[in-house]
Amino acid sequence: MPDTGLLFWMLVIFVAVLAILAKWGFPVITSMVEKRKNYISESLALAKKADEKMSNLLKEQERIIREAREEQNKILKEAAEARNNIVRQAQEQARDEAAKIIAEAKVQIEADKESAISQIRSQVALLSVNVAEKVLRKTLAADKEQKELIEKMVEESLKIDPDTARS
Amino acid sequence: MGRIIRHIIAIIAAVTFPVAVLTANDRQKPDIGDAPASLEAAQDNAEETAPDVDIKSMLFGHIGDSYQWHITQIGEKHIIIPLPVIVHSSTGWHCFMSSKLEEGPYKGLYCAEGGKYDGKIVEKDASGNEIRPLDISITKNVAGLMINSLIVVFLILGCSRWYRKHDVLKEAPTGVAAILEPVITFINDDVIKAAIPGDHSRKYAPYLLTAFFFILVNNLMGIVPVFPGGANTTGNIAVTLTLAVCTFIAVNLFANKHYWKDIFWPDVPWWLKVPVPLIPLTEVLGIFTKPFALMIRLFANIMAGHAIILSFVSIIFLTVKLGPAINGTMSFITVFFGIFMDLLEILVAFIQAYVFTMLSAVFIGLAHEGEKTEEEAGGREQILVSEDASAEDK
Repeated sequence: MPDTGLLFWMLVIFVAVLAILAKWGFPVITSMVEKRKNYISESLALAKKADEKMSNLLKEQERIIREAREEQNKILKEAAEARNNIVRQAQEQARDEAAKIIAEAKVQIEADKESAISQIRSQVALLSVNVAEKVLRKTLAADKEQKELIEKMVEESLKIDPDTARS
Repeated sequence: MGRIIRHIIAIIAAVTFPVAVLTANDRQKPDIGDAPASLEAAQDNAEETAPDVDIKSMLFGHIGDSYQWHITQIGEKHIIIPLPVIVHSSTGWHCFMSSKLEEGPYKGLYCAEGGKYDGKIVEKDASGNEIRPLDISITKNVAGLMINSLIVVFLILGCSRWYRKHDVLKEAPTGVAAILEPVITFINDDVIKAAIPGDHSRKYAPYLLTAFFFILVNNLMGIVPVFPGGANTTGNIAVTLTLAVCTFIAVNLFANKHYWKDIFWPDVPWWLKVPVPLIPLTEVLGIFTKPFALMIRLFANIMAGHAIILSFVSIIFLTVKLGPAINGTMSFITVFFGIFMDLLEILVAFIQAYVFTMLSAVFIGLAHEGEKTEEEAGGREQILVSEDASAEDK
């Protein structure tokens, strides 16, 4: 049988110990340990997050470098194209210009030719008048002789170089 | 490891054999002449020369309670710490030191010898019968409980003081905090939080941790054979009864609706509960058997451990009669087994404190279990109980 006195004292002692430790003992320890545990797990989570951020940053960096390189290539290509364009355009322009000059020259030549011919014509007419004068001054014996003479004169005058005729 | 064991054995042998031979020579001087003395003759002789060792009273004297703290005996002189006796007899309250009882009755009170109240303080009523007054003396066990409680309180408050004084986020625990923190976190996280669901664990943790350290320190101090230790506190049914009652209150006082529904209207076929409330009856019985088992388990384990160690030690004194050779051999074996048993008791001290705490936590957890996790916890409890049973089969 349990002894009454011992039972009484045990109850008193145990309740006292329980009260003391429940008030000042275990809650302090467990809450502190919990606090540290939370702190550690939070720190770990933070470290993991930082790590992720870091790797993200690295990726970002790589991406930016790659993009910059692409941009560079693109710009270089565009510059080359632009240069080619300019050269081509210049060439085309030059060609057009040349063609225009040539055309103008041709027109000029044509006009000169026309004027030369017309000069020649007037020269011929003048010559023929001169010839006719000479013929007329020579006694015109027969029609036949006259005709032959005229033709001879014309031919002679035609043989004259246009250039000399002009000057 | 092997070397250490060899050294231990050598030391035991070196100590026990000469002592055994010396004591045997001392006790059995007349026998030295006739070597082939029969066992019977030796026994008779021993009885004549030395008083017989009363093993039973020695055993129960050590396991049981007493009004004084007997430390040791040097020659004929007993070294005793007298403890205060507080009784309420027919003549009112009396408070005196137990040393006053040695010279005979004090104010009509004396220590009974034999009879119903053997070893207790009694008085005689009008018709001459021995009756026990209301006795709340500070006995050896009470003094032991006080000392052990002080140790527990100082240890835990020392630990909590460290946490108060230091920034837990910047420093690792040192000193007593470093020793106790792993134990506290182990009990708190793996036993209490594992068994009690949700926020309830925080509410019950101080009680369960107090119970654990209280039992552990009392168990360990019970193994220490000299003064501050040696009181058989947790091997006393009154102590374990108080602890079991505390668990009983903790389980039943704050139990939820589901717990009571499971007891009075469990999920079993109706015919098991309607005409004759068979299952509810067993469940109600179960409310009391659970803490009862806690009480008996702790009490029996610790008391048995003490009894075994003491029995081993008394073998040395019993075999003195059988001659130096047998006595020496037996002493050697006894000391060896004594060391083994002491180590085992240290293990048992921890296991029993752990088991008490764990089962208390599981019972409390069952009283707060929701419907979903009920089966899970039941399974867990069964595993724990079977583990515990195997631990008890030592």
